[in-house]
Amino acid sequence: MQKSLNIDPGKCTGCLQCEMACSYEHTGTFNPSRSYIKVFTFHHEGRFAPYTCTQCDEAWCMRACPVDAIGIDASTGAKVVYEDKCVGCKVCTIACPFGTINYSQATGKVVKCDLCGGDPQCAAACPTDAITYVDADWTGYDRMMASAAKSLPSAEANA
Amino acid sequence: MQHLIIGAGPAGVVAAETLRKCDPDCSIAIIGDEPEPPYSRMAIPYYLIDNIEESGTYLRDPRAHFASQNIEVVQQKVDAVDTAGKSVTLADGSSRAYDKLLIATGSNPISPPIPGLDLPQVHSCWTLEDSRNIIRLAQPGSNVVLIGAGFIGCIILEALVKRGVNLAVVEMGNRMVPRMLDDKAGGLLETWCKNEGIDVHTSCSVQSIADAGNGQVEVELSDGGKLSAALVITATGVKANTSLVEGTDIKLDQGILVNRRMQSSNPDVYAAGDVAQGVDFSTGNFEVQAIQPTATDHGRIAALNMAGRDDEHHGTLNMNVLDTVGLISCSFGLWMGVDGGDSTELYNPDEFQYINLQFDGNTLVGASAVGKTQHVGVLRGLIESKIDLANWKDRLMADPTAVMEAYLASTQELGYS
Amino acid sequence: MSWTRKLLRVDLAKGTCTSEPLNMEWAALYLGQRGLASKYLSEEVDPTCDPLGAENKLIMATGPLTGTMASTGGRYSVITKGPLTGAIACSNSGGFFGAELKFAGWDMIIFEGKSDKPVYLLIQDDHAELRDASHMWGKTAWETDDIIHATHQDPQMRVACIGRTAENGCLYAAVMNDKHRAAGRSGVGTVMASKHIKAVAVRGTQGIGNVDDAGAFMQATNDGKEVLAENAVTGQGLPAYGTQVLMNVINGIGGLPARNMRDVGFEGAENISAEAMAEPRKSDGKPNLTTNGACFGCTIACGRISTVDPTHFSVKDKPQYQGASGGLEYEAAWALGADTGVDDLDALTYVNFLCNEDGMDPISFGATVAAAMELFEDGVITTEHTGGVELTFGNAEAFVAITEQMCQGGAFADDLGLGSKRLTEKYGKPDLSMSVKGQEFPAYDPRGIQGIGLNYATSNRGACHLRGYTIASEVLGIPVKTEMNDTDGKPELVKAFQDATALVDSAGLCIFTTFAWGMDNIAPQIDAACEGDWSVENCLEAGERIWNMERLFNEAAGFTADDDKLPKRLLKEAIKDGPTKGQVNRLGEMLPKYYEIRGWTPDGKVTDETRQRLSL
Repeated sequence: MQKSLNIDPGKCTGCLQCEMACSYEHTGTFNPSRSYIKVFTFHHEGRFAPYTCTQCDEAWCMRACPVDAIGIDASTGAKVVYEDKCVGCKVCTIACPFGTINYSQATGKVVKCDLCGGDPQCAAACPTDAITYVDADWTGYDRMMASAAKSLPSAEANA
Repeated sequence: MQHLIIGAGPAGVVAAETLRKCDPDCSIAIIGDEPEPPYSRMAIPYYLIDNIEESGTYLRDPRAHFASQNIEVVQQKVDAVDTAGKSVTLADGSSRAYDKLLIATGSNPISPPIPGLDLPQVHSCWTLEDSRNIIRLAQPGSNVVLIGAGFIGCIILEALVKRGVNLAVVEMGNRMVPRMLDDKAGGLLETWCKNEGIDVHTSCSVQSIADAGNGQVEVELSDGGKLSAALVITATGVKANTSLVEGTDIKLDQGILVNRRMQSSNPDVYAAGDVAQGVDFSTGNFEVQAIQPTATDHGRIAALNMAGRDDEHHGTLNMNVLDTVGLISCSFGLWMGVDGGDSTELYNPDEFQYINLQFDGNTLVGASAVGKTQHVGVLRGLIESKIDLANWKDRLMADPTAVMEAYLASTQELGYS
Repeated sequence: MSWTRKLLRVDLAKGTCTSEPLNMEWAALYLGQRGLASKYLSEEVDPTCDPLGAENKLIMATGPLTGTMASTGGRYSVITKGPLTGAIACSNSGGFFGAELKFAGWDMIIFEGKSDKPVYLLIQDDHAELRDASHMWGKTAWETDDIIHATHQDPQMRVACIGRTAENGCLYAAVMNDKHRAAGRSGVGTVMASKHIKAVAVRGTQGIGNVDDAGAFMQATNDGKEVLAENAVTGQGLPAYGTQVLMNVINGIGGLPARNMRDVGFEGAENISAEAMAEPRKSDGKPNLTTNGACFGCTIACGRISTVDPTHFSVKDKPQYQGASGGLEYEAAWALGADTGVDDLDALTYVNFLCNEDGMDPISFGATVAAAMELFEDGVITTEHTGGVELTFGNAEAFVAITEQMCQGGAFADDLGLGSKRLTEKYGKPDLSMSVKGQEFPAYDPRGIQGIGLNYATSNRGACHLRGYTIASEVLGIPVKTEMNDTDGKPELVKAFQDATALVDSAGLCIFTTFAWGMDNIAPQIDAACEGDWSVENCLEAGERIWNMERLFNEAAGFTADDDKLPKRLLKEAIKDGPTKGQVNRLGEMLPKYYEIRGWTPDGKVTDETRQRLSL
């Protein structure tokens, strides 16, 4: 069974270890500004919400890419950006309704969560199990996708 | 079942692939008249700055991909469509029958009515052939005049600047990218371009282009100014390429009129992409949206219906993202707002930062931004999902940069209401 | 190496920002943050200078582990000559500002001179410039943070700034970062205000990619995180209850001072404890504590995020204070609560919000109000001074009213802004100031707990628990239990804690890790991150070096053994009741031995021999 990231915002303390682990894995630097997972802080509510790509079936980013620079990692199901093909046109960044594929000024390409090839470092670094990598049957991600997808009309027209 | 697709751009290619997914056995042929394998126009600016080879613009792995999917790619110009006889005639005189036909012929650049447009120094920027001409003429230190600061004009600006030319831009509108950005955002782009050394003329048009000898032309402006140039690029917009079906029973307006199934007035003929006048998400009106994501949406939905499924298109959101010499801007939906709706903005011209949100009641219906690269897609999510923002609307009115927070709070289970 | 090897020098008079290589010879001796910045201050500032004059400098400094994956590696410190004490001041803060500064490529910022007009420093990676801040002057720290974010439209920009109390000259004003984290003590915010720096806004996208031995570093930091997770204090107690777990503990053992330290033991302690913060309230069924929150990179997450009861008198007509924000930590809960005799949890939470919003040290503020309350009860301060407020011990309404006055400014705010030492001197009762070197005590009574008294008396920045937290040993038994009322062995204990703390404060780490970590957990993390030999021994020696350097600064500033003393109340007035009844602090039994083991003369001067031993 394929696995997916499961995020439980209630457990998050906002420490950003996930962002550092992600940036270290992908860039070799501790650099939250280049992390593919982002923790959003709700100061007024006292809540933290880690958020990254759900690897959604619609694959809005992949469909929008004009140069076929986004594909599927067969082992994890992750939608991955082929850096050598990406021209940095940013069309995917406006096509993804979740806002989870973003342009990187540092590389001139777009970046997104690739599940670290099956060993997501954000989950490994999370000290409170707010981020875990679990069997994909019914995760918070599914709920997240369901809640967003139900109101996205074009999602219904998926082949 | 024989499916024929005219046009090898993204709409046509996605349609072909979707048809194959729906029906492993049907016959699918894509007919395209450009000499190269199917390629993406979106990649042309990157080809111009030598970021990629010409082959980097090709869609899919050219031969193997289509062969493996048993999709026939025919490089031929289509001369005529016979909707009564359900066949098309190709330039070599042969004809091909179809059960279902998809017209995905895209759009063509508009040629503005300017004397001298036929001079060899004048090119549009639309095809790979155009690109090769631009690369040839845009030598470092040469003078280049770009007519039109629309989406296409802006997206090739950086390529031209990087090639080291002296660049002047002439735009008829009062600002840059007038069909995508408002006065403030367009103004930021203009200031940015001027800071980059580009000579920007807005509210100005080109009166004529004349041969000045030595390979140079003289461009005369409506404000009386004159510019000398080795290359003039016209980028004054595009129009749907409907010539093939003119005079047939297929109804036309700005493009081919289609219903929500992307079906034209002839039930066996479909249209998709720039050539189709499809339904707009925000207005419910049928409009031509010459943008990449719309083309692929159209292609997919047309194919589903051609394959016998009944899928209604709910409309595509008009949206654009643009990198103008490093300044990134985007707009979504009804960015100009709606009557009676609220709007909010943060505008910091010194920082080249701008965000503008447009609401209808408690839902977001449009947005534009300058200087933003992170999580901008969520603006699409908020608009297309028509989320009732409830109390987050007030917070966005106070701080429009909090769109991601608003989206998360409205869609995720964060443990609070 | 983990240092960015570069510092930003900001000349406020000229308005220039200049990049300068970090002095790596000094870094090898003083590591970073507290130690290294104190070295720069010692070299560049005349210790006798007016702390609020142009000749003083203000340094914001990170440590080599700041911005790395080391747990708690997000700290920065503000170092200057402090206006409250006249001694070297170093205030440490968490939040996210320090790491961002590092990601922008800077180990530290040195501000020198004074600007004519209010400015803020904008740092975007290598680019740094001073910008006009006239429109922010007179605004709270929270408003300033919001203005900067609205101007730059970058949610990831981190801001350190001052509130109105600093502008008004309050001598214990803090530098606030990320809205509710503070470089809190000794008036470092007042120095920032004196230089007309309203804020520092930082955005860093370069990251840290030059860790000396990345493999060893990931191993050492992972090991460290495991130790923190498995330890009862750092793995369970602090996340669940925060430092507030101490309120009932310290009260129970007879170590909690109350009412300007007139009493020991506070009958209202339970009402303002961690347990009370977790109790659902009647009005909306929610507890005071909303959640725990972490500073950058912290796997402990002791931070309190709280809300005030929306029906409480302090906030009921003020929706802007009804959301969650930084809640009560133990020291603040004590100073604002037990020391003023106020046991109204919501009132204290609201006052704590105001301390954050307008940037003042809640310990010195609470303790100064406590001194004013005693002066009020003695009839020296009257309602004429307080604008009609009945400033009696235990009066929550009065406390809220006086805090609001304090934020807005005015004659009595000016009085309270003096701190307890100058306030009590002004009103002719200097013995009522509960302070050392002019800085107010935190929440542990030295009569009940002997070692902490010696630490308070000898702390280089005035009374402070964070210069040598012997409570860990004397109360909690970490690393070994020592008897509270013993003086034997306390000089050694105090020295060991002071030196180790100086090193931790110089690394970029949080001192709370030391509930679980010893130097044998910390040194390998530094050693893997940094070039050079950072063995346990070298780390401890660096800590001792830093302590002595600070002492030398103070000596040169005019401090003598005469300043290593405790108020008469703590030496003469025995505890009236409770488990520690009859006790006083016996500083005299500990101080000579302390000087001796430090290698100082009997009158507390650093000897030449010690200087040489420590390469000073």
